[in-house]
Amino acid sequence: MELTANNEDGSLILIKQGAEARVFESTFVGRRSIVKERFSKKYRHPSLDSKLTLKRLNAESRCMTKARRLGVSTPVLYAVDPVQHTLTFEYVEGPSVKDVFLEFGLHGIVEERLDDIAVQIGVAIAKLHDGGLIHGDLTTSNMLIRNGTNQLVLIDFGLSFTSTLPEDKAVDLYVLERALVSMHSSCGNVMDRIIAAYRKSSKQWSSTMNKLAQGAILFCSCASKGSKTHHGWMSLLHSSIMYYGKMKRCP
Amino acid sequence: MKKMIALGFEGSANKIGVGVVTLDGTILSNPRHTYITPPGHGFLPRETAQHHLQHILPLIKSALETAGITPDEIDCLCYTKGPGMGAPLQVSAIVVRVLSQLWKKPIVAVNHCVAHIEMGRIVTGADDPVVLYVSGGNTQVIAYSEGRYRIFGETIDIAVGNCLDRFARVLTLSNDPSPGYNIEQLAKKGEKFIDLPYVVKGMDVSFSGILSYIEATAEEKLKNNECTPADLCYSLQETLFAMLVEITERAMAHCDKKDILIVGGVGCNERLQEMMRTMCSERGGKLFATDDRYCIDNGAMIAYTGLLEFAHGSSTPLEESTFTQRFRTDEVKAIWRIKKESVSKNGLMDQSN
Repeated sequence: MELTANNEDGSLILIKQGAEARVFESTFVGRRSIVKERFSKKYRHPSLDSKLTLKRLNAESRCMTKARRLGVSTPVLYAVDPVQHTLTFEYVEGPSVKDVFLEFGLHGIVEERLDDIAVQIGVAIAKLHDGGLIHGDLTTSNMLIRNGTNQLVLIDFGLSFTSTLPEDKAVDLYVLERALVSMHSSCGNVMDRIIAAYRKSSKQWSSTMNKLAQGAILFCSCASKGSKTHHGWMSLLHSSIMYYGKMKRCP
Repeated sequence: MKKMIALGFEGSANKIGVGVVTLDGTILSNPRHTYITPPGHGFLPRETAQHHLQHILPLIKSALETAGITPDEIDCLCYTKGPGMGAPLQVSAIVVRVLSQLWKKPIVAVNHCVAHIEMGRIVTGADDPVVLYVSGGNTQVIAYSEGRYRIFGETIDIAVGNCLDRFARVLTLSNDPSPGYNIEQLAKKGEKFIDLPYVVKGMDVSFSGILSYIEATAEEKLKNNECTPADLCYSLQETLFAMLVEITERAMAHCDKKDILIVGGVGCNERLQEMMRTMCSERGGKLFATDDRYCIDNGAMIAYTGLLEFAHGSSTPLEESTFTQRFRTDEVKAIWRIKKESVSKNGLMDQSN
């Protein structure tokens, strides 16, 4: 019955197009699902291209399932298609944390809800980091709040990798901090609440915090040298120091 | 009004060049001489400096003669302060100090990387591109923001040109005119693609592991007739350039810029240009690239960049006319670009008053 009712099973509706992948909405065996397709790059040699696309497809699906094993809620992975370079996973019903926070900015903050979300974010990141997984792209648009349960769901593991270095973990948090500052400053200091929850639940919080503090000091000394500070410059600076501990070499 | 004229000296690697340019970017002369080592060998600092010493005076004479000017007509003397090899850098620094006192002309110290960018911009007319600077000593993805050229991605070990040059030594390809050129020609005959490591980390790249891998396996593969030298050159180029295009694309998406400018010696490579053009057209952007006259180190690029700075009221006192092996692109305040923006802002303010 279910199947016949969904005879457009497999039809794809484009939701978003990025530099490396397209995201579609579809149905998978009667369930509403998301299909993420990594497309090929014409400039690359075909065999290099398929090798890379496949490697990254596998890495993403592995990181996503590893996060689940670590106790962090992610969409359920339904299928991996190495031929069409697609991942099919659960469609999570609910708004993104970005939408929720922007709503707070417009219509006033619901303290209880903000606190609940911040704690969930801190705990989720602590679980990932203690398990040696770095998300790589922690922004509020990559976090969803599941309707009904209000449970935090992390998405987009496209830039994720495994690492136990405090530096990588600090950079992960730093990316989130910059995203919060640039998008949600009207919500007050959410980062402090996230960090508090992170410290409580991560066993290795202290070395990560040391690295984060080092980065922050260097960031401030960099920023004070530029006369004007605005978003463009922040994001530029952020990108130049975000990868692989370049904080040391900032002018 | 008389046009401003600068004399520029470049000697940070194995080329010594002297250029004469005017402020509008007209190159009056731009002779250079390259130190070419036998196949299988690279250039060492001491021998390279000796080569530069031997050639610099004839080059100055020929630059002035071709340009048809006398030392009196020069407004400033520009030289490469860094980055580069110490001993070769010293040659142009010393020559410029002597000439400055002899001819009573001001000195302007120039960053080599910034000079490549400015030369590329004036030659191609690219206004505000993402710049891929690829040469034997540098690999950087750069974009201008808030008064400086900022580095978005770069190599975390050796430069892409260094990787190619050193592989050319393994195959004992000729260093004339350059090892990279000979790899490019040989790669055109390659047919088989050999799997090599591919190392992109965020917006950074790493080449040293690829070089070690290909150095270690090349001999064995060639002996067993698994592939030809041409196949290896082809595969190496395809892999290295795909990495460069990928990080450039990331930087473009990040800074929201549409155009790309490729500068530096490896920028002459037509395969790299072709791959970059494919990526650009998919994103609706334009590729700006130059040929070997401007891509490869030359005196004119130093003269032009120094003159830009000089025309905006900056010069280097004799006591500070030093050189340095380490001199990052983002250490330089690009005053000629800031001034332009603030002048137009002031113009608006005057109107409102």
